[in-house]
Amino acid sequence: MAAAQAASSSRSRFKSLELVLGILFAGGITLAVLLSPILFPDGGESMDLMARLIPPFQSWDHILGTDPLGRDVLARVIVGGRISLTVGVVSVLGAVTIGTLVGLVAGYHRGITEIVLMRFVDIQLALPFILVAIMFLAVLGAGIDKVILVMIVTQWVQYARLVRGSVLALREREFILSSRAIGVGSGRIIFAHILPNVLGPIVILMTLNVANNILLESSLTFLGLGVDPLIPSWGGMLADGRTYLQTAWWVSVFPGLAIMFTVLGLNLLGDWLRDYLDPTGQTSK
Amino acid sequence: MSDSTAKLSPQNEPLLSVRSLSVEFGTGQGPFKAVKDVSFDVRPGKTLAVVGESGSGKSVTSLAIMRLTDYTGGRIVGGEVLFRPDEAAAVDLVQAPDSKLRQIRGNDIAMIFQEPMTSLNPVFTIGNQIAETLILHEGLNMRDARLRARELLQKVRLPDADKLLDRYPHQLSGGMRQRVMIAMALACNPKLLIADEPTTALDVTIQAQILNIIRDLQAEMGTAVIFITHDMGVVAEMADDVVVMWKGEKVEQAPVREIFAAPKHPYTRALLSAVPRLGSLTGQPLPKRTPVMVIDGGEPKQVGDTHVQDTADYAKPILQVEKLTTRFDVGKTFFGRVTHRVHAVEEVSFDIYPGETLALVGESGSGKSTIGRTLQQLVEPTSGTVRFEGRDMAAMSQGERRRLRQQIQYIFQDPFASLDPRHTVGYSIAEPIVVHGLINDRKAIERRVHELLEQVGLQPQHAKRYPHEFSGGQRQRVCIARALASDPKLVIADESVSALDVSIQAQIVNLLMELQERRHLSYLFITHDMAVVEKISHRVAVMYLGQIVEIGTRQAIFENPRHSYTRKLLSAVPIADPERERAKMRIEGEIPSPVRPVGQEPAIHRMHEVEPGHWVAIEAEGLRGAA
Repeated sequence: MAAAQAASSSRSRFKSLELVLGILFAGGITLAVLLSPILFPDGGESMDLMARLIPPFQSWDHILGTDPLGRDVLARVIVGGRISLTVGVVSVLGAVTIGTLVGLVAGYHRGITEIVLMRFVDIQLALPFILVAIMFLAVLGAGIDKVILVMIVTQWVQYARLVRGSVLALREREFILSSRAIGVGSGRIIFAHILPNVLGPIVILMTLNVANNILLESSLTFLGLGVDPLIPSWGGMLADGRTYLQTAWWVSVFPGLAIMFTVLGLNLLGDWLRDYLDPTGQTSK
Repeated sequence: MSDSTAKLSPQNEPLLSVRSLSVEFGTGQGPFKAVKDVSFDVRPGKTLAVVGESGSGKSVTSLAIMRLTDYTGGRIVGGEVLFRPDEAAAVDLVQAPDSKLRQIRGNDIAMIFQEPMTSLNPVFTIGNQIAETLILHEGLNMRDARLRARELLQKVRLPDADKLLDRYPHQLSGGMRQRVMIAMALACNPKLLIADEPTTALDVTIQAQILNIIRDLQAEMGTAVIFITHDMGVVAEMADDVVVMWKGEKVEQAPVREIFAAPKHPYTRALLSAVPRLGSLTGQPLPKRTPVMVIDGGEPKQVGDTHVQDTADYAKPILQVEKLTTRFDVGKTFFGRVTHRVHAVEEVSFDIYPGETLALVGESGSGKSTIGRTLQQLVEPTSGTVRFEGRDMAAMSQGERRRLRQQIQYIFQDPFASLDPRHTVGYSIAEPIVVHGLINDRKAIERRVHELLEQVGLQPQHAKRYPHEFSGGQRQRVCIARALASDPKLVIADESVSALDVSIQAQIVNLLMELQERRHLSYLFITHDMAVVEKISHRVAVMYLGQIVEIGTRQAIFENPRHSYTRKLLSAVPIADPERERAKMRIEGEIPSPVRPVGQEPAIHRMHEVEPGHWVAIEAEGLRGAA
């Protein structure tokens, strides 16, 4: 009995631990990135060829060491977060907004609306990402806004599919029917009753996609389709450091850790948010 | 609670003795004791009924006997289960090794579950599933196993056994599937059959058939049966001995006649007082509220009073339904042409008067729910007119139709499914008020919600809780409060008490009747349960295959049923009285399907009036054959 109680209270402590660690990781990194213009006014671009490839934890000037051009790794990791976080978060928010709306409308209204919207989704899913990205960027040119646009355009369909599936299951549920019987209008049913019930899976997919998109940005940059390669970003630094992995691990390991902690933090926050949104989960802790 | 083993002579030594069995489940809040120190015996060839309401531990007990609790997160923490398949030795199933248990399960002890829909594997044919058991336990080869399977299907009186062997579960009706389950359970001539609510999910006429089959086979094969149920009517019809369980404990054990004649434990008395008895209102034309016994702090207490209600006002109907027809298209060709239709409702006409309860009874597929949903504008009618307070619904504007949704409210069957889990019950109850703009002041809405909660017997502070924090009965009260929030004139109750335990059911029925008296509500009470109908309704309409076959005052329908289907329905209801003659009218046959190819319209019954206000369909030969 006592053991079980200890287990259950440790579970509830773990729940708040999720929130604390999530805020600590994701929030800490975000804060540092936001403060980067003050912390590193040079944008991590000043080179010092005399101080090339200094290992980390050896000099106060370069705590995390320097890269092959003598740029400070710490400065570049924090400055690089501007691009990575912007791309990761904005693209996901954009995609989730469009996808969720389309999914809700298609799932709720069925009929011709659904057929048109979902065929469009199917076509979109059939196009390879790289092809769409190349086409887009060839026409519009490179740049962070275009990278985000490509991601939104290619990823909203995931949310649309996910949401439509959940809505299809939900709309037949009795509590939706009972709301309709009471005289609740479609808009209120969709946003007050269906949306809160599909948020759980959306939140999970969102946190997964943030990490995905941070790495995707670097692939696009690597292919010359993304952001100006001279502007630091986590994905870009990972790619750059690859060649020095044998001799100077720190050049790629620290941006990698930055991605890892951001994603971990967001995942923890996502888990917490999902449980928070579910009243049944809230009391069972 | 005398120990019945003491005086047993050797030849009827119990087949199964459960001694001080306790079962625990691990939960987030620590271990939960689902079964506490339960003991009973099962005599060979006899039926022991284990009765109790949800959460009483009756199902867990049955699972623990087979040690199936190992697979559902339960743990047997004490006691023994002695099984004596033959003279030689008794096996303690609690201590037995897995290999021994596998040998016993399905071979010496077989089990039937409640849901015939989910307990058959959808990807195997019926024949293969029965054969599997035979090959496993009897070591037969495939050919012999199929032959035996056919025999078994014939034994449970399934017609066309040859064809059935190659059918898949989804091609059979619920009753047929349950018979297949029984055939599988009996495949190896088990000594003991455990039936866990085997007829709860079935229609009454099908239930009567299944009960007959189990009884006949038991007599033929000498199988002992443990029958788990919440239905005292079924107990009275099936059991030799009864164990009553309450909150995980055995509170009473006695032969069936004694339980019904002289219940000792307060809980047993409360349970029996709540059981609606068919025929209890004979000679009484109006609905009658009767007190309910509830257990309050271990002591039984009477709640409510005996009270004949005269609420109906037959001057002018509130709702007139005329030749209502609702069909659904199913089955389309590749080019979108409809090939088949479900003829859910065919030319149904009836009126409901202010303050009156009209009961719509029928079995699954009879179209009774479709009528309710059509009236609530959840389904579009194919043809016919519906007039509410004289206004034709089809001629109403959008705004008027919205207002109609305020005047007519709907209570659904499943209180667990009909509340949004993400909102507090206060939010759900306030929603109709907000949506129809009845009150605009936040404080006033809150006051109204509290008032409604009190009216349905809950506390104002419950408004802040979420649906999962309530029991089934409380949730149904919340649903009723929600339906009343918009101050409706007509409430459609669709099987609203069917999913509840009997004691809760009696309370909710009383609540509905009390509200009817206080607010002069009209009810359209849709149900399959004849005993509840008798208590609550003024008039009754009996539906069969989308059409009303008999309509009249409750007294006329119950005391003078004219249509063969009404009689069949009434005779199928299990009567909670073990003194009654058990062998009743034999009921055979399935309910035909309402799906028809396009162009083959069903014949519409002509009705004739046998006495004032009592209309009966003139029976065609075809229907007589089917019924």
